[in-house]
Amino acid sequence: MNKTPLLFINVIIIATCGLIYELLAGTLASYVLGDSVTQFSLIIGIYLSAMGVGSWLSRFIEKNVAERFIEIELAVAVLGGTSAPLLFLTFASLSFFSVILYSVVFGIGVLVGLEIPLLMRILKDEFDFKELVARVLALDYVGALAASILFPIFLVPTLGLVRTSLVFGAMNAAVGLWGTWLLAHLLKPNKILVLRIKAVLVIALLIIGAIKSESLTKLAESELFQETIIYAKSSYYQRIVVTRSRTGFALFLNGNLQFNSFDEYRYHEALVHPAMLAYDGEPKNILVLGGGDGLAVREVLRYKSVEKVTLVDLDPAITNLAKNLPLLVDLNKDALNNKRVKIINSDAFVWLDQNKTEPFDVVIADFPDPNNFALGKLYSTRFYKLLKEKLRPDSTLVIQSTSPLYARNSYWCIVNTLEASGFKTKPFQTTVPSFGIWGYVLAKQKDFEIPKEVPKDLKLNFLDSDSFVSMFDFPVDASEPEDDLEINRLDNQALVRYYEAEWRRFE
Amino acid sequence: MFTRREILKSFLGLPIALAACKTSSPKNEFDGEIVGASNNIGHILRDARNFEVPENNWKETKIAIVGGGIAGLSAAWKLKKEGFNDFVLLELEDKMGGTSASGKSNLVSYPWGAHYLPVPFQQNEELVGLLDEMSLIESKDEETGELIIPEQYLTRDPEERIFYKGRWYEGLYLNAGASEEDLQQLDKFQKEIDYWTDWRDADGKRAFVVPVEKCSTDAEVTKLDKISFADWLKQKGLNSPRLIWYCNYACRDDYGLRLEQTSAWAGLFYFCSRIPKSGVESQPFLTFPEGNGRFVNHLAAKTKENIKRSQIVVELIPNEKGVDVIYLDTKTKQINGLRAEKIIYSAPLFTAQFLIRGFRENPSFDSNEFQHNSWFVANLFLKNRPKNRFSRDFPLAWDNVIYESKSLGYVVATHQKGIDYGQTVLTYYYPMATENLRQGMQQLLALNWKELADICMTDLEQAHPDIRELTTRIDIMRWGHAMISPRTKFMWEGERQKAEKPFRNIHFAHSDLGGIAIFEEAFHHGLRSTTEVLK
Repeated sequence: MNKTPLLFINVIIIATCGLIYELLAGTLASYVLGDSVTQFSLIIGIYLSAMGVGSWLSRFIEKNVAERFIEIELAVAVLGGTSAPLLFLTFASLSFFSVILYSVVFGIGVLVGLEIPLLMRILKDEFDFKELVARVLALDYVGALAASILFPIFLVPTLGLVRTSLVFGAMNAAVGLWGTWLLAHLLKPNKILVLRIKAVLVIALLIIGAIKSESLTKLAESELFQETIIYAKSSYYQRIVVTRSRTGFALFLNGNLQFNSFDEYRYHEALVHPAMLAYDGEPKNILVLGGGDGLAVREVLRYKSVEKVTLVDLDPAITNLAKNLPLLVDLNKDALNNKRVKIINSDAFVWLDQNKTEPFDVVIADFPDPNNFALGKLYSTRFYKLLKEKLRPDSTLVIQSTSPLYARNSYWCIVNTLEASGFKTKPFQTTVPSFGIWGYVLAKQKDFEIPKEVPKDLKLNFLDSDSFVSMFDFPVDASEPEDDLEINRLDNQALVRYYEAEWRRFE
Repeated sequence: MFTRREILKSFLGLPIALAACKTSSPKNEFDGEIVGASNNIGHILRDARNFEVPENNWKETKIAIVGGGIAGLSAAWKLKKEGFNDFVLLELEDKMGGTSASGKSNLVSYPWGAHYLPVPFQQNEELVGLLDEMSLIESKDEETGELIIPEQYLTRDPEERIFYKGRWYEGLYLNAGASEEDLQQLDKFQKEIDYWTDWRDADGKRAFVVPVEKCSTDAEVTKLDKISFADWLKQKGLNSPRLIWYCNYACRDDYGLRLEQTSAWAGLFYFCSRIPKSGVESQPFLTFPEGNGRFVNHLAAKTKENIKRSQIVVELIPNEKGVDVIYLDTKTKQINGLRAEKIIYSAPLFTAQFLIRGFRENPSFDSNEFQHNSWFVANLFLKNRPKNRFSRDFPLAWDNVIYESKSLGYVVATHQKGIDYGQTVLTYYYPMATENLRQGMQQLLALNWKELADICMTDLEQAHPDIRELTTRIDIMRWGHAMISPRTKFMWEGERQKAEKPFRNIHFAHSDLGGIAIFEEAFHHGLRSTTEVLK
């Protein structure tokens, strides 16, 4: 029996695989580079034009068409199958990412573009030209539909991007292997075995990859992060991970969530605006400590009066990410490239201790929670006294202070420590869905009133005058505990110990 | 010559030596040298006798201070405070401070010896005066009157951690894996400490308090000096290995002695003298990146016009008018003379027999009783912190101790400055604590830089496998005569007390007189001698 017509099934699979690779590339590109419209548009454009190049190149293949066809199919399997893992591995080096991305898309496009003309030439002796064109093109487009439905509904949710890529690569190679039987009569007998060995090797490689893909892409982080990891890097100081989900993206430092793009505006509006509005005059000179993601700076820059923002963050890897990762640049409105902003990469404690500066009008302390001794010192009486030397008598200060609900002693320890350092405080809290009930402390060196008005022209998404005032009310279960709390000093690090004890309950 | 294995075995014990010598000699990328403590110059004292001072090299002064450690500097400081200016301080080294000396790198200062001072009780008024002058006191507690110290000068938490079987734990007493019996014994030991802390004699004097001179001389306390701390523990039925290790560590750390060598009185002094009353925490430590170098620098700055460095005193010749001092400038090799009325002798007391003409024939105390122990101190310059191997390991602390190591571990110079990442300097302490103290010194002085650096690295490698790669430089100081040894029967058998009497016009002032090598004793005797000579 002539098995050649069975090659039409090949067409469907080839078409499906081709489109899957294209969708994978588009998705990854929009994860990492942001702006999905541009990314999908570019990927589709490059892919289709590359197919055109492939089709045109097919004219240079004159002999051994069947053998070339199977070889090309194996090549697509390798390149397409490894495309997603390859792109994952290059996340860390952002500058190379786009180069590799577009080269991979172009390469796959050229190979897929070669396939259909070669297949039509193989089948041309079996069918009328009319019949051939109708069948091949129909199946090609139907295959594309299958892919575009399967991809969002089934593949991404169940397999994830990396395994989808590897599984379809393997399928592609399997079709190639099957082809060695279908086209056996067109292949030189001595080549058949070679092609089969190659195909089996490719399949084995991709299947092993698919099984191991968990450890390959996520390593120990797979259990930690439920979402897709789109950026992961160990800096000198910490492990930085950015994940992406349908609702947005999130930044993790050493596995601790720093923000989720979906609700970070609540956190950052609450952090920044009370301090800015509680300043009696027009705030001009601002100090932001920690907060290397640039999101607090974004809020600060809403004030036209601000002339200078000094951002002190330990880790240059974070501030560089905030300046360069398109997703984050979009979110922080390019705050860290603003010419009013000066970035200093230093430990805030050491920087305050060793530098003289002009006094600041407003200081915003947006440090990670005090979960180790190196961070604990940034919440100590010594730290607040160092800070005092950089303030005017009427300057305002705000401290992000972990959750008064989950870590009640820790929160009120920070309040008491500020009081013990000579500050008058106004504790406040709000809800940030990603974090839960979250606490801050607003402080000045003299008695002061909570501001009552939030100017409309700030165009805030979360706070208005009513919601603003209500943040300063504390529910019973988050209010100051009756037991005496220790003051956090360098020589007792009481806060780190409270924090450890309280958060451990939730681990 | 010794083999590497022999040296490591003698300094670190056989198992570590065997483990270290299994592999071929490790590759070291760091360099460094032996610094300071001019042992060779020091021994000129013993050999040479005939120094002629040229006629016009003689000068006159009212008081000459011999030795610029804490005692000598404190005496000089006190003289200045009393408005007295006609004195000269002669120091052998070109660095002041004796065993409180310190060094400085681009990043941070670091100690070469003593590195903390427990906050004194308010009753120690003379010392409180110094701290006040140095702006180290914020205020006094309104109720109790106890000192309130700015937190940046108190040891930053975490203070101590201990390495045991591959892991780091918080604290100095090894709690991890302690049995019921261990904890009961610790509790019983604590009760003994409480008893002696609250103990008062008929005159209301404490058993143990700083300075030693203020301690009760009641026989119930002083008889503790007749037995070793090891025997005292045995008598109390305390034999928990952890407790024994802990007490032994205390003796090695504070006195450079082993438990069996240390007077029980001195052992209990360590635990009881800094606790106001039972149930209250021990006084916190004042510390600085440069350790007690902070005090040295302050005292030396206040007295700098009167200080002459690199001057080795060759002989003191008492006569009718006072004392002639003959000294040699170690840089120019010039021999000079000073005609002084009185001398404050603030060098280690065992040197009296070599320096003072006529002392040997007619000694006022037996200078051989004042035995010193030997140490080496290494400063390791690191390009980064050693990595913890387990995420639950207790993090780098101020003081880091390896359980059952013969060393005392290391302190971290950047800790107090809040510099928690990147480069740092570790100061590693190794007391010889040998049976025979003299042999210990000879053993130490026989080793060169390379051998001592290898001991230090091999020891630390137990806890930090990456230490050799991280270290860019090791400088090492060998202290041949580091600290007075409060051995059994040294504190209260009379020889020590005799030294408080002057030898003709030579007044002795050194921590040796207190019998305990701590800042407070040196300071106290510096001031005491000043009062005497000004009388």
